[in-house]
Amino acid sequence: MDTFAFLAQGLAVAVEPMNLLYALIGVTLGTAVGVLPGIGPALTVALLLPVTNGLDPAGSLIMFAGIYYGGMYGGSTTSILLNTPGESASIITALEGNQMARAGRGGPALATAAIGSFVAGLIATLALAFLAPWVVRIALVFGPREYFALMILAFVTVSAAFGDSALRGLTSLFIGLALATVGIDGLTGQARLSFGVPQLLDGIEVTTLAVAMFALGEALFVAAQWRPGEDEVLAVKGSVWMSSRDWARSWKPWLRGTVIGFPIGAMPAGGAEIGTFLSYATEKRLAKNPEEFGHGAIEGVAGPEAANNASAAGTLVPLLTLGLPTSATAAILLAGFQQFGLQPGPLLFATNPQVVWGLIASLLIANAMLLVLNLPLIGLWVKLLAIPRPWLYSGILLFATLGTIGVNPSPVELTMLMVFGLLGYLMRVFQYPIAPVVVGLILGPMAEQQLRRALAIAQGDWTTLVSTPIAALLLGIAALALIVPMLMRLRGRGQVLAQIASDGD
Amino acid sequence: MTSANGPGQPGTGRRPDGAALTIGLALIGFGALLVWDATGIPDKAGYAGVGPADVPKLIGGGLIVLGLLTGLAGRKAATHRAPPQRLGAVLWILAGLALQILLLKPAGFSVASGLLFACTAAGFGQRRLYITVPVGVLFALAVYGLFDLVLNLNLPAGWLETTIFGG
Repeated sequence: MDTFAFLAQGLAVAVEPMNLLYALIGVTLGTAVGVLPGIGPALTVALLLPVTNGLDPAGSLIMFAGIYYGGMYGGSTTSILLNTPGESASIITALEGNQMARAGRGGPALATAAIGSFVAGLIATLALAFLAPWVVRIALVFGPREYFALMILAFVTVSAAFGDSALRGLTSLFIGLALATVGIDGLTGQARLSFGVPQLLDGIEVTTLAVAMFALGEALFVAAQWRPGEDEVLAVKGSVWMSSRDWARSWKPWLRGTVIGFPIGAMPAGGAEIGTFLSYATEKRLAKNPEEFGHGAIEGVAGPEAANNASAAGTLVPLLTLGLPTSATAAILLAGFQQFGLQPGPLLFATNPQVVWGLIASLLIANAMLLVLNLPLIGLWVKLLAIPRPWLYSGILLFATLGTIGVNPSPVELTMLMVFGLLGYLMRVFQYPIAPVVVGLILGPMAEQQLRRALAIAQGDWTTLVSTPIAALLLGIAALALIVPMLMRLRGRGQVLAQIASDGD
Repeated sequence: MTSANGPGQPGTGRRPDGAALTIGLALIGFGALLVWDATGIPDKAGYAGVGPADVPKLIGGGLIVLGLLTGLAGRKAATHRAPPQRLGAVLWILAGLALQILLLKPAGFSVASGLLFACTAAGFGQRRLYITVPVGVLFALAVYGLFDLVLNLNLPAGWLETTIFGG
């Protein structure tokens, strides 16, 4: 069967009334958390994981993916109206979008962000549908050594390639890897780092760590810098509709942003924000009037917003086809699959095609829902921004602990939540990135198992790791991704890398 | 997080950076813990030549190296300068979390979480506890009702929950 037939099959799954409802809940929640400063899609999915334990797997995954897409839409609203990015991929949108809102052009800024997100989401989701079967075909020949090389590449790109300090990124990654060794070793059953505490034998739950780092750490950090009354929400003045001139200036950046964002999301290269920075730079270079940039150029909103949504779809390519998460949200989505006993990867396309293709098809539907939710109903979302911070963060903390209490109300688990929350706070204070910890925790055990499997097959011969062209190539790229940025920083080019830092969602 | 005053800027102060030294020592300690724990693991390397003890040793060694590098960087310049923090706010929220852990079993979900809610609000400057405590408890009670009755999530019940929703 070709992709069209699979997609048609998936659409049949996605339009089932219950799945439509799950998608609607997902995109609504996703938009809300995208709008609210301080909570992102990674955290929301982590909070919902325990709640969906007893629900239908396909429906829950459709909901999670809806949250992911919705978060990308909602983040732009906060950036434009509050100048506080709702999630990290919207930092660039805040640059031009907030200037447009200050100039009374908040409506068109929101419109070009929403329509650009729709266009990019549509194209990128179709690209995902057509690319995935190809990657699956390649992935079928992957053995343990190729997977190990792929994970090493993911480690390097998530932690060391971008951001302003390889030392800080690698430290974050190693903290995650160290936490990953706690518990029973998957291959031999040996207990490690558990110090006789029975609760530690199960290892550290990804959801506990993610909720602690993203919710508690963020709340503590925001509270510690909090000065009452400094946020200013700009009212949406005038029409949200774009003039024909706005359309003429927007459609090319939308398409360019999509073309830039999708491959960056699809490569194991970290979060969605890198594509937004590249798109912004491209639009600035191609613009007829570059002096407008920094004072509210619509191209600077249209391009990065499209790139941001396209890379969200791109991230799903390695996640679904290889089981490889390349951002914090993807890592949590992987935990979501595993909760239902599904392991993303080439086999999932063979064993559960209705889940995979239903999910991809439902993304197309979710995308259309988001356009409706975000344009006519924009006023509703803006009201969310008016919730006073004390109440907002109190509610976030209540929900953050609720997830852990619901699954495992033991004092040990809650104490871990508190300790990791404090760790997340301290890491924010001293500018350590958070995402590598989560990615290290979830990928660490997988990488270790693949390494030991590869070496067992080769009877302990380490050269096996570079004995196939694919594995050697992947490890070579990983080495380059580690060394080249270090040289760039040494030669004083670190500023560029600092700007495309990978952080948060 | 990666603004212009971030760590990419070399510090101006010549004094050793206390925070960097502390972080470096903590990383070395954590790495040493991993290595020490791994030395107690029996060697089950088998055909692979790499057993359950080797990866923790590798990661522990990596942490020790990263700790040394962090400490060395801090000796030359202030690499880890933090903006001023409102420690009171942090303590309020941590106290709320500790209260919740302690009171969860004896007082039930709603009271424990209501106090966390009020403490967090206090951390954000909303100190009127006579408002925030009742609001928090009522909010937590509504959440309890929703999750316990609709979604079948088992939350610890106290006298308040059993009185209202039944045992």
